[in-house]
Amino acid sequence: MTTAVARSVRKARSPISGRVIRTRRVSVRLDVRAISVGAVLAIAIVVTSAWSISVGDFPIPIRDVVRAVFSTASDDAEFIVQTLRLPRVLTAIMVGAAFAISGGIFQSLANNPLASPDVVGFNSGAALGAVFMIVAVEGAGSLEVSLGAMVGGIATAALVYVFAWKRGVHGYRLILVGIGIGFAVSAVVDYMLTRAQIYDAQRAAVWLTGSLNGRGWEHVRPVGFGLLLLVPIAAVLSRQLRLLELGTDTAAALGVRVGRARLGLVLVGVALAALATASAGPIGFVALVSPPIARRLVRAPGFTLVPTALVGALLTVVADLSARRIMAPTELPVGIATAAVGAPYLLWLLSREIRTGAM
Amino acid sequence: MALAEAAVAPGARITATATAAVGGVARRRAIRATGLIALVGLLVFVVLLSLAVGAKPIPLADVLRAFTGFDGSNDHLVVRELRLPRTLVGVLVGAALGVAGAMMQAITRNPLADPGLLGVNAGASLAVVIGIAVFNLGSLSAYVWLAFVGAAATSVVVYALGSMGRGGATPVRLALAGAALSALLGAFTSAVVLLDQQTLDQYRFWVVGSLAGRDQDVLLQVLPFIVVGLVVGLATARPLNALGLGEDAARALGTRVGWTRAATALSVTLLCGAATAACGPIGFIGLVVPLGARAIVGPDQRWLLPYSALLGPIVLIACDVVGRVIARPSEVQVGIMTAALGGPAFVFLVRRVRMAQL
Repeated sequence: MTTAVARSVRKARSPISGRVIRTRRVSVRLDVRAISVGAVLAIAIVVTSAWSISVGDFPIPIRDVVRAVFSTASDDAEFIVQTLRLPRVLTAIMVGAAFAISGGIFQSLANNPLASPDVVGFNSGAALGAVFMIVAVEGAGSLEVSLGAMVGGIATAALVYVFAWKRGVHGYRLILVGIGIGFAVSAVVDYMLTRAQIYDAQRAAVWLTGSLNGRGWEHVRPVGFGLLLLVPIAAVLSRQLRLLELGTDTAAALGVRVGRARLGLVLVGVALAALATASAGPIGFVALVSPPIARRLVRAPGFTLVPTALVGALLTVVADLSARRIMAPTELPVGIATAAVGAPYLLWLLSREIRTGAM
Repeated sequence: MALAEAAVAPGARITATATAAVGGVARRRAIRATGLIALVGLLVFVVLLSLAVGAKPIPLADVLRAFTGFDGSNDHLVVRELRLPRTLVGVLVGAALGVAGAMMQAITRNPLADPGLLGVNAGASLAVVIGIAVFNLGSLSAYVWLAFVGAAATSVVVYALGSMGRGGATPVRLALAGAALSALLGAFTSAVVLLDQQTLDQYRFWVVGSLAGRDQDVLLQVLPFIVVGLVVGLATARPLNALGLGEDAARALGTRVGWTRAATALSVTLLCGAATAACGPIGFIGLVVPLGARAIVGPDQRWLLPYSALLGPIVLIACDVVGRVIARPSEVQVGIMTAALGGPAFVFLVRRVRMAQL
């Protein structure tokens, strides 16, 4: 099945991409390029993570970083690495991967390079939940804020889905209802910001930009477990997603239950975005930029799970590193760095499309 | 004889339908004109309401006396010095946003186009934030110029980006260029705001969009831009109608497509820039009002633009009045009210109206 699809999509450059290993009963297609790209990305993530752990107000040589990560000896370096910088980097990696997969799912589903979980009003709902916790609930810690973001985002997405329902969910209507409800919810957020103490307003503004400051193990664990659960589901569904990219009719003809597959994909996409937003806030552009970069690197025709996740993780770690260092000792939120990189990418993409006349 | 009658009958029927059609057009025109007058009446009513309602309610008779027989009392001062300029700014801004939104939707041939698409709001916000943070500006009339320059510069850049390459500035390119540039400017804005608490403290009240405290100075600052923008905009109604048939058809009908787009861009920039300058970014009027107007009069721009120009201020001022009443003695900013009320209204429209009409 996969080879047939691959054949129809890749315009007969070669009938099957990658290397095929056949035994008498099983044939496996190994995409050599995807594997090597994945390996390079993984190495890059490890290297930048180590770098990110080593720099800061208290510089730690790379050699000591490796030792501190694995040792149980208790000295300053070990404390800083294990309680402060390692969980932060791990959060960055996992949040980036989650955003990227979620973005890839929505872009492929909507067949639109600009689609994101925000289509169903997710981000504005998450912002409402988080800002409510920060502004209105006395003494809310980061855990409460995460919880608020998660509940707000999922509730808003569900609300949009319900209001868009009228004998089935029409794609166009879903987007319109998402815009309308998103606007109203954002207005409430703005209102709360004007009513808040300036200290709370600032904290909310940092959250709204997306930040990894002060992320500890209590953030790593929920995201880690969530990813362990969701990524396999996404991997299973991504096969159907690739068929859906060919168009609803073709997918249905190839045996995909379109409605069910679509709902499952939306649920996984929203859950991933919820997990990531809850731990780091709505870091912009990772979801937008990662899937097309991965696609270009792997030269795949459609969504590829592992490379997309790795690109997202690398992007987030690099963005966090530069946001921490660019105005050191002041640490900017990571969301500013991703926007500063992502927006020019969008402009470049645009100008390239215009020049080649693709648009 | 019967044969002859039968032969005549089809012709007679045609004449009859033709007369009926002519009569229908005339009647429709009369209905639309009546509707326009009714809207003017509604606007006057809302304006009077806006003059009378507030932290301290003032009876309508007193409001009128403030203009006919001004006696210098507190109430009369409140009406003339505070509520009148504020309401007039609201009328101007509402008309500007309504017309600009209708033109954006016509030129992009996309019912979801919003004036904010050109990046106007993001540009104005960044300019205001820089003004507060770097030059320590704090007065509303200083914001007006900053916001206007920021908005105009951004839409020029968006237009330049969108018209690179062959084919000129197509609507899709403009929208994408606007979205990308908005995101970039937004990142700079939040960087400045996050590093400087005082700037955030002023910025958060500007960015929600409010009519509070807009006085005569602000009114006079933005008046010329909005008037020019409205005149240019209303003058493009005919060519916009032709463009609605598609670019080729419009050319064949003798419309200068490039000129029409340029005039529209100029008008939208003036209107949105001035509106944002006067009250900060106000969402949803530019999107919902033209949609509502279209639901009433259909796609003919010669009616759609005037209807939008009247519906815009009616909705804006009504929202402002509600915002002043629901949280007495303080008030909810009008930008928040338009989004909070406009969002559900939009959802309602989406559910009611058939997709083909949208």
